[in-house]
Amino acid sequence: MRELAWLIPVLPLVACALIFAFGPRLPGRGAYVAIAGIGLAALLSIGIFVEGLGGAKAHELNVRWVPYGQTALDLGLRVDNLTTVMLLVVTIVGSMIFVYSVGYMHDDPRFSRFFAYLSLFAASMLLLVLANNLLFLYAGWELVGLCSYLLIGFYFEKPSAARASMKAFVTTRVGDLFMFLGILLVFFTLGTFRFEEIFAKVHAGALEGMMVGGLPLLTVVAVLLFGGAIGKSAQVPLHTWLPDAMEGPTPVSALIHAATMVAAGVYMVARTYLLFFESPGHGALTVVAWIGAVTALMAATIAVVQDDIKRVLAYSTISQLGYMMLGLGMLGYAAGMFHLMTHAFFKALLFLGAGSVIHAMHTNDIKAMGGLARAMPSTYWTFLIGTLALAGVPPFAGFWSKDEILLEAFHHHRGLYAMALAAAFLTAFYMFRVIFYTFAGTTRSHHAHPHESPAVMTRPLWVLAVFSAGIGLVGAPFLGNPFHHYLHFEGLKAPAFSWGVALAGVGASGAGIAAAAAVYHWKVVPSGALRRAAGPLFTLVAHKYYFDELYAAAVVRPTLAVARALRTFDVYVIDLIVNLFGFAGLGLARLYRVFDLYVVDGAVNLLGWIAQTAGGVLRYVQTGRAQNYLLAIALGVIVLLAAGLFR
Amino acid sequence: MDRYLLSITIFLPLVGGLIVLLIPKGQERLMRQVALATAALAFLVSLWLLGPFQVGGAEMQLQERYAWIPAIGVHYHVGIDGLSLPLVILTTLLTVLSIVYSWRVDVRVKEYLFLFLLLETAMVGVFAALDFFLFFVFWEVSIVPMYFLIGIWGGPRKEYAAIKFFLYTLVGSLAMLLAILLLYFNAEPRTFGILELIGQQPLARAPLLASLAFWGFFLAFAIKVPMWPFHTWLPDAHVEAPTAGSVILAGVLLKLGTYGFVRISLPMLPETFREYAPVVAILAVIGVVYGALVAMAQPDLKKLVAYSSVNHMGYVMLGVAAAAGAVGAPERAGAATLALNGAVFEMVAHGIITGALFLIVGVIYDYRAHTRGVDDFGGLGAVLPRYSGITMMAMLASLGLPGLMGFVAEFLIFVGSFGIFPELTVIAVTGVVFSAAMFLWTIQRIFLGPKNPRWAALPDLDGREAVSLVPLAAIMLVFGVYPRPLLEVINAAMASLVTVLR
Repeated sequence: MRELAWLIPVLPLVACALIFAFGPRLPGRGAYVAIAGIGLAALLSIGIFVEGLGGAKAHELNVRWVPYGQTALDLGLRVDNLTTVMLLVVTIVGSMIFVYSVGYMHDDPRFSRFFAYLSLFAASMLLLVLANNLLFLYAGWELVGLCSYLLIGFYFEKPSAARASMKAFVTTRVGDLFMFLGILLVFFTLGTFRFEEIFAKVHAGALEGMMVGGLPLLTVVAVLLFGGAIGKSAQVPLHTWLPDAMEGPTPVSALIHAATMVAAGVYMVARTYLLFFESPGHGALTVVAWIGAVTALMAATIAVVQDDIKRVLAYSTISQLGYMMLGLGMLGYAAGMFHLMTHAFFKALLFLGAGSVIHAMHTNDIKAMGGLARAMPSTYWTFLIGTLALAGVPPFAGFWSKDEILLEAFHHHRGLYAMALAAAFLTAFYMFRVIFYTFAGTTRSHHAHPHESPAVMTRPLWVLAVFSAGIGLVGAPFLGNPFHHYLHFEGLKAPAFSWGVALAGVGASGAGIAAAAAVYHWKVVPSGALRRAAGPLFTLVAHKYYFDELYAAAVVRPTLAVARALRTFDVYVIDLIVNLFGFAGLGLARLYRVFDLYVVDGAVNLLGWIAQTAGGVLRYVQTGRAQNYLLAIALGVIVLLAAGLFR
Repeated sequence: MDRYLLSITIFLPLVGGLIVLLIPKGQERLMRQVALATAALAFLVSLWLLGPFQVGGAEMQLQERYAWIPAIGVHYHVGIDGLSLPLVILTTLLTVLSIVYSWRVDVRVKEYLFLFLLLETAMVGVFAALDFFLFFVFWEVSIVPMYFLIGIWGGPRKEYAAIKFFLYTLVGSLAMLLAILLLYFNAEPRTFGILELIGQQPLARAPLLASLAFWGFFLAFAIKVPMWPFHTWLPDAHVEAPTAGSVILAGVLLKLGTYGFVRISLPMLPETFREYAPVVAILAVIGVVYGALVAMAQPDLKKLVAYSSVNHMGYVMLGVAAAAGAVGAPERAGAATLALNGAVFEMVAHGIITGALFLIVGVIYDYRAHTRGVDDFGGLGAVLPRYSGITMMAMLASLGLPGLMGFVAEFLIFVGSFGIFPELTVIAVTGVVFSAAMFLWTIQRIFLGPKNPRWAALPDLDGREAVSLVPLAAIMLVFGVYPRPLLEVINAAMASLVTVLR
């Protein structure tokens, strides 16, 4: 079945092409075609996964893409266990979100185009996942970025959406620049883009001892590649685009900016894990771990003070992506990927739930909501399941994966473990803050008439809720942790389950929930008092640590200033020189003209004048009288004779 | 038939142009039809070249050689290889599309069409010529029609732009003439044959003369490309030129410069080029970053596209300079081949993409908004969906999005030149971020944002505009996804060039 894997990205791509070509004339105004595309891809992925459970070998398919000299660069697909996990996540979560969108986007005038973009995204994402080489992965990487750009700016009439889409593309492209340099360095040193060959060569020590700028080459390569992940997975310091990306329609936030695309950075690190792992002293992994931990904690603090329900979830996503990076960085290869999988389900669920709420309330502001539990029971219960999963309450999915990451951190670095634990506390706190504001109490907005969303939206919520509740069991230690058996990295062994670490994690979550209840439900401590107590710290967090301001002042404005200065330079300096040459040429021409007029012509005229004057003078000689001529001849003879005599 | 196929491709447009001249005044429609038929026929004939052309053949093909001025050894000698064939087809294609687009030009139609067809003959002639004398004649002839196209059908400052273009390129031509004569007088036996001179390497033992010849060629080609800092004629010429003139100017005429570097400078003076390769590469990289940044600050859409050309031609020159830097180093032959493949692919890609971009500017400026101010627009995405779609596609292709032609080109150039000039390549790669920011900002200002009532009534693309744009979009996509057929052709020529160089 693995030889059919190429169909997986092709199916959504065909759907995309069909919708672009025929649009609203298709069944379901194109939506059914899109759902069929991703649905068939999901069935195929499940088939391939089931086959993989039986221990099928990795499968590759290569196509000659670019010839050079006598050789060529090939493009190809690879299906192995890591791929199949990603395929399942992307196609299953994707299918649910596609179905949900039929209801959510129902009244949108660009309904068909939305499904075309979604299908294009699915195709690009599946391409990225299936790539067997860095070049192909990079191509998919850029294409998902394009779809993200198009979908963030889907409501492009809104200036904020237009700005957000551009910010997302350019910010991630800064990361991609580093990734691209990493790819160049790999090709330059190893002469191939294919993962299998790269790993074989690195494993054989091809890059051992090589240095770049005083650093081990392998570490430099890995960290450069990680630069791409920092951009795509919204890690500090390139995280600023993701909260703004919430300008896109909510299903897009769920699919692209929570479940799949932003996880591509994590996937890429896992895909090229050998490069990180083999870097001397795990140097590259240390970078990954620290960036991940800082991101996890910093984003969690910001999430606490956001009032826009989607922005809370966006910062939560950044934070959870940080967790995944921390897991990978702490040698938790399987742990990071496990969290990627569980997070995809519960965060997609939370976003879709938020979409359902927004659909009913026509606002994103949690402070304007309240009491929705009664009006929207399906939305409430599924959102609660998602929240428990995210907060890390057992037995919901997030608990198992987060516990593995905490366990790895605990074993390898206590400082990072403390940061992760603090982030776990904050996660539970900000999520229950949302729950209390949104679903508890009574509705604060008097214009709203909240109502449950249609079945086409709630059914996907329940499917995702089932996954969010149960999928963690595939990594449960008491079941023998099947996930680790399916997906593991050669030479890495996960630390054994520890009750102490698990209880500490649950304790942090419980404390977070209790604190949120105390502040927002029982109101033992009013939130205003908390804000005042935090003082400047609150200001710092509320301003998102001033990253946007810093970039505006240090990057955007200087770049524009340089661009304008260069434009001026171009016109007034370079072109001036060119024009000076022109004028010099013109001046020279004038000079020639003057010379021509007064010198050359003058000389000619002078000659003429001389001839004329001479003629005038000589006229008197030519008298016509014979005796005068005779006299002249006689004089001439005398002169000649005299000259002859005296010589 | 095949024996004369190349000459037919070269001179068919001229014949058609002469027929247009014979059509009496008042029958503009007939003139357009004849011109279009000629250009279409020339395009078909150029495609026909693919039949007898052996893909993968390293040597010159479809050669024709006749004595022309025996006294000084001048021959009419033409031929094509994997370098020139794609450029010939690019030329004939862009000419057809330009004539389709120019259907509504109604000032001095006869002259306009004649000049276009004359220009086509000259451009194809440059790409096919294998004799310096012939090359020079075609090169010079190509300047004249463009001078008149800008000077007669141009915008408000057309005289300044036309004369600047003319004089600037003429200075280059003179330098080239001196370089050609240097080669000629040092050859034994004396010849103008390009292939013979490459075989002879007449200046190999005279480094000073070789340097002189190199800089002579350099000046001619660098002005044409244009490389920084010889580029300032380009924005002026583009802004003033009529739309179709800009298409040909950016699409083909700039390639005469880069073509010259690859066809002449590199094989004719390899050692000298290697010596000066870092200088050329530095100028190229300056062009990359500088072009993108200056484009970002342009309020005029046409100037913006013009400066993005400076940026892209910088990539081409980086690739060529990298290949020159690898002369005599067999271990870098792979990198050199990649860089050259990328450079030639970028020539074609830039022709397609920038040709499309100038048509796109024309569509909005010539017959709709009559302004090119980037900030005058806004919200066009909702008013002109088809136009917006094709514009975004061309701009994304230009900024190097995978799946479209520009990416393949840039990718190959970077991969190749990184193996030869790593530091300079790193700087050039940053240009990618600037050009992304530049094009996206442009898209944002023109197409996104709230609907601007001033443009609410603009009509979307009409049939003729679609006919001239859709083929270009299709080519961007097809060769962007699967560049192999085109690269097989290019690679054969570049691989053999690299073999000669080491």
